[in-house]
Amino acid sequence: MGFVTALLAGGVFGTGLLISRMYEPQRVLSFLDVAGHWNPALAFTMAGAIAAAAPAYWFVRTRKRDLLEHAVELPDRSRIDRRLVAGSAVFGIGWGLSGICPGPGLLLLTGLSLPAIVFVGGLVAGIFAVRLLPQRVSAGSAGV
Amino acid sequence: MTVELWEALAGGVLIGLGAAILLLLNGKIAGISGILGNTVHGVFGPNAWRAAFLVGLLTPAAIFGVSSAQFSPGLPILAVAGLLVGVGTQLGSGCTSGHGVCGLANGSPRSLIATVSFMLFAMITVYVVRHGAVSWAS
Repeated sequence: MGFVTALLAGGVFGTGLLISRMYEPQRVLSFLDVAGHWNPALAFTMAGAIAAAAPAYWFVRTRKRDLLEHAVELPDRSRIDRRLVAGSAVFGIGWGLSGICPGPGLLLLTGLSLPAIVFVGGLVAGIFAVRLLPQRVSAGSAGV
Repeated sequence: MTVELWEALAGGVLIGLGAAILLLLNGKIAGISGILGNTVHGVFGPNAWRAAFLVGLLTPAAIFGVSSAQFSPGLPILAVAGLLVGVGTQLGSGCTSGHGVCGLANGSPRSLIATVSFMLFAMITVYVVRHGAVSWAS
């Protein structure tokens, strides 16, 4: 059951990424290029996504359970530290250089083009590299 | 509103619905960097939900194709960018989906700070590459 629902969730999410065309690096970069020919499309995608997900988060946050009555513990919302801000900044630099974040990177990999393979290769290498850092730097709660 | 913006909005609503389904029926957060990070370390979770989500995520793209994508920088810069995205999202515990969509939908101040940080640094990076003196990455 959990496998099927996660498969469905991924399918709907992936269809959304495809329809919004946010897997196209040029579309993302034109949003990030505030000093150039600015394209607001990414803001519409994020606003639509947040609005559609917010009622579900409110429901689960207040009940502390999902629809199937399983206990759900959502991540700590308040802990703000240097690791969060600096890590996100490093991610932002990589995102700005390429116009690709993890979800679109995986979608692009299905095209089996060399640039997509190189980007995702770097992405996976980066994920492994963090595990090699000293524990006081790399240890943190997974998720959000 | 142009067709492009309607597509952007409609696609966004589906992204949010996918995240809502995963939360309501699996009790999990649709943060792709976290899902990928655990999966490459062999941590698939109950019912292998992480692997299932990734298979579902890639299926529409595998069917309809992603050939409209144009890659901006050359291969060395793409490799560095991928590395920075991998390191940054693991240290910052999230990416555009985990912090930018799910965290903000959850009203999380932590995710708001993360989103402001990666948006700001991405915009600065694009500014330097496209409008600054540095032209090596364009």
